[in-house]
Amino acid sequence: MRHWNLTRDAHGIAWMRLDTAGASMNKLSAEVLAEFSAQLDEFDLKPPAGMIIQSAKDSGFIAGADVEEFKALDKPQQAQEIIARGWHLFNRLAAVPYPTLSLIRGICLGGGLEISLACRYRIAVDEPATRLGLPEVLLGIVPGWGGMLRLPRLIGPQAALDMMLTGKTLDARRAKRAGLVDLAVPARLMERSAAELIRSGRPPHRPSGLPALMNHPLMRPIIAAMAKKQVAKKARPEHYPAPYAIIDLWQKADGDPLKMPQLMQTIIGSPTTKNLLRVFFLQERLKSLGKESSFKAKHLHVIGAGTMGGDIAAWGALRGLTVTLQDQDISRIAPAMGRAGALFKKRLRDPLLRRAAMDRLIPDTTGEGIQHADVVIEAIFEDLQAKHALLQQIEPRLKPGAILATNTSSLRIEDLRTALADPSRLVGIHFFNPVAMMPLVEVIAAVGTQPQAAADAAAFVRSIDKLPLPVKSAPGFLVNAVLAPYMLGAMRKLDEGIAPSVIDAAMRRFGMPMGPIELADTVGLDIALAAGRQLSDVASPPTCLMERVEQGHLGKKSGRGFYEWSKGAIANRSDVAAIPEGLAESLIAPLVDRTEALVQAGVIADADLADAGVIFSTGFAPFRGGPLNWNKTRSIRG
Amino acid sequence: MQAPSAPVYLIDGARTPFLKARGGPGPFSASDLATQAGRALLLRQPFAPSDCDEVILGCAAPAPDEVNIGRVVALRMGCGHAVPGWTVMRNCASGLQAIDSAMSQIRLGRSHLVLAGGVDALSRTPLLYSDAMVRWFSEMATKKTVPAKLQHFLRLKPSQLLSPVIALLRGLTDPVVGLSMGQTAENLAHRFGINRAEMDAFSVRSHQRAQAGLQSQAFKEIVPILDDKGKIYAVDDGVREDSSLEGLAKLRPVFDKPYGNITAGNSSQVTDGAAWCLLASEQAVQRYGLKPMARLLDLQWAGLDPAEMGLGPVHAALPLMHRHGLQHRDIDLWEINEAFAAQVMACIRAMADTEYCRTALPQLEGMAAGMLDESRLNIHGGAIALGHPVGASGTRITLHLAHALAQQQQRRGIAAICIGGGQGGAILMEAL
Repeated sequence: MRHWNLTRDAHGIAWMRLDTAGASMNKLSAEVLAEFSAQLDEFDLKPPAGMIIQSAKDSGFIAGADVEEFKALDKPQQAQEIIARGWHLFNRLAAVPYPTLSLIRGICLGGGLEISLACRYRIAVDEPATRLGLPEVLLGIVPGWGGMLRLPRLIGPQAALDMMLTGKTLDARRAKRAGLVDLAVPARLMERSAAELIRSGRPPHRPSGLPALMNHPLMRPIIAAMAKKQVAKKARPEHYPAPYAIIDLWQKADGDPLKMPQLMQTIIGSPTTKNLLRVFFLQERLKSLGKESSFKAKHLHVIGAGTMGGDIAAWGALRGLTVTLQDQDISRIAPAMGRAGALFKKRLRDPLLRRAAMDRLIPDTTGEGIQHADVVIEAIFEDLQAKHALLQQIEPRLKPGAILATNTSSLRIEDLRTALADPSRLVGIHFFNPVAMMPLVEVIAAVGTQPQAAADAAAFVRSIDKLPLPVKSAPGFLVNAVLAPYMLGAMRKLDEGIAPSVIDAAMRRFGMPMGPIELADTVGLDIALAAGRQLSDVASPPTCLMERVEQGHLGKKSGRGFYEWSKGAIANRSDVAAIPEGLAESLIAPLVDRTEALVQAGVIADADLADAGVIFSTGFAPFRGGPLNWNKTRSIRG
Repeated sequence: MQAPSAPVYLIDGARTPFLKARGGPGPFSASDLATQAGRALLLRQPFAPSDCDEVILGCAAPAPDEVNIGRVVALRMGCGHAVPGWTVMRNCASGLQAIDSAMSQIRLGRSHLVLAGGVDALSRTPLLYSDAMVRWFSEMATKKTVPAKLQHFLRLKPSQLLSPVIALLRGLTDPVVGLSMGQTAENLAHRFGINRAEMDAFSVRSHQRAQAGLQSQAFKEIVPILDDKGKIYAVDDGVREDSSLEGLAKLRPVFDKPYGNITAGNSSQVTDGAAWCLLASEQAVQRYGLKPMARLLDLQWAGLDPAEMGLGPVHAALPLMHRHGLQHRDIDLWEINEAFAAQVMACIRAMADTEYCRTALPQLEGMAAGMLDESRLNIHGGAIALGHPVGASGTRITLHLAHALAQQQQRRGIAAICIGGGQGGAILMEAL
């Protein structure tokens, strides 16, 4: 076998260790499943005392099916084959007469969890890297290899639907608590636990009490209806059909996709699926951009403890770096430390890990951290003089090979670096707000920037679990440059008499997470005005914007802008009855045009990267695959 | 191997603000305090935390989950797995013991760069179950059935449950002679004729000097610390601007009632705090291009009657001076830890008393009794105003002495401390 290693232990237990050839992570490609099936054939003739499935790769358990194969999904025949293959094989696995166990260490997603669900027992290794989930919905498809059948039966339909409809993952302890795995064990006992459990004769886990009741056929319609209501709050069925399909398949077909072929065709054939898959590959491409350099950072120094600087520092500490956060005095750093404490509390379960993260984040009023830092990011206020003075102070104290970066949004790298003895080392590393939520980071190089510096910066960004997007130095880089005309265009529509709530509703219906007017209020109308002046090709700002800024109504931060704000949310959000035809298309046009122009100008290397950048920074409707992809495909369809 | 007289340098140091215990556990654990001060100190050095050869931390009352607090803090500060860390305990002088142990290691050539400090979070000393309660719990654990448990529960005496042992009070009582620290100070007040008014005046002066020190930015060693909600602690919060004789006169005696002299106002405060000194050998100074503040010349420990433990500084400092041929006029600045006003004043009187010196320290032939000039003593206040986090004080007075010598552009100083249980410790340094 190419992908599986089979050994037998002294008790006659067969250990099937998966090591997908030529891949860094295990995936259940057609070949892998074929070999597994052939091995099951042999076991039919000579049954082992038991079979344990394990990963031979350090990178994790099984990441799922082979996503490359999904590219063929738009050919219905092939799609049918892919689904049937896994469905039947795992049904067969679930029916073998000998005990089976899945020993899960690391990532266990999609097909990886489905093969485990078909085993009698599951053990998860209790480590931070161990995560179990069914994320098919995020790619616009469904867990068609038995996930919809077995997960509800194992942990109850409510917990199962929650996992399948959101794609969320559970760590080992939560998986144990939910009943998804039988044991959560430390790595030092994983193999022994597997060997003992598989021979124990313990009956397979069944949920009890309320979850068990809910599996009853009479309860399913009620639960399905509730689930649909929940999903509708986040995803419209016309944009994201997959979650609704999962609910239907569970309710009406007990999770068997082959029983509802029409529904499956709709899902597979939907442009959403194609686009979400495209987005997934775009994300992988951004991740690979960080691999061009082997730069490793241990110490990050951030200067400027405001919203951006403070949050960048907190994120770095969360991701394991030692971080020094500099500002003029401790009272400016203190709020950032408080926000960091809140972030660690939210993201880290273990109090020891929270404490360790706080220990790694060090306030620094005198810049002592610079001499120790591998990466220095300045995030002080946007004033060229101030930044020049700062850069001059920093440069002589830097470690050799350290990255010197700026988080500037509005100043030019070319202008900033004139203050340096070695201007070629300055790069832009531009984060988005809020740092903890926004995956994209623009990595900006100007003509004359050392290529190594840019490559190192991308590697650094990747190492703190963000997606690096290489951009050439130009006003607004990519994201702000495309957002500005979009927001200002929306405001001009407002000047023309369309209500803000209508404008925003149109764009939300289009698939944006929030409308442009709400976005402007959130960003701050003074900032929107300044950005507009810099990034718009129209001479004068929209009247509605000027008026509000003059009156001091700056949006969310001042409680009033285009909307009234209270407690961080829009007060009295009114329902919108009718949205004019074509409004969304005309609103998004400036964004699309500007994106296209930036690709033409070479600011961003190609259309795919541009799409990726816009999606992962603005939340641009992922199911549309990005602004340029949407523009291209809609004109194809006419 | 370095010769015994190899120089030991004090390079730098840092301490947290000292925070008074105010009923209930304080915002920081002992290791939190030591970590925040230590990492700030390490950050401003030209070497990495992992370049330290070891970390030695004095602590009189480490919490049960961090008993080897020296090691815990070494790891938390980022020194890495390979830097050993250990904890020393010599009651009130634990922080000075850490410095002494570091000096020995450097002199022996075993270490070149040592972080030596002291910490205590006295606000977090626990309430303990009495032995009777512990027995009740143990017996409960042996009862298997519900009726048996219930029956045992009925044997619980509420008075036992509701009278926990206050560990702090136990810790501050001498277990051999059965006197509280305050009672030993009352002994000294009696012996040297120190009255209540004099003690109170000494205390007011401590607060005033601390205030003045704050104004003249004399406490460069303090680093502000933050909790995880972003609240800043930047100053010693026990210092009182409104300290006055009238105010102190109103306080009632704490240790000997009803007519004792020692009150909360003329005693050191119960406090949380951490302090560090960075010590280096000649070789480390050369290797890293360090700029020492002072040379630590010598250190002396002494033992005496626990009932008079407050005179420990006399028993340690005088032999130190004698060994180096120094008179009082040769010592530019003094730090004597202010466990109690009466105790420091007793030290001054004892040192000036020929008869006392002759009988208590007969080995110091030819050493003239001398008057310690109080204008050179604790010039920026002491533990009465700043607080006495037991383990930290020995480090604090050493570090502050070095800073005060620099500020006053003076040369030679002695820091001395009395030790519950009947000991004293003193360190002699020379500013560079």
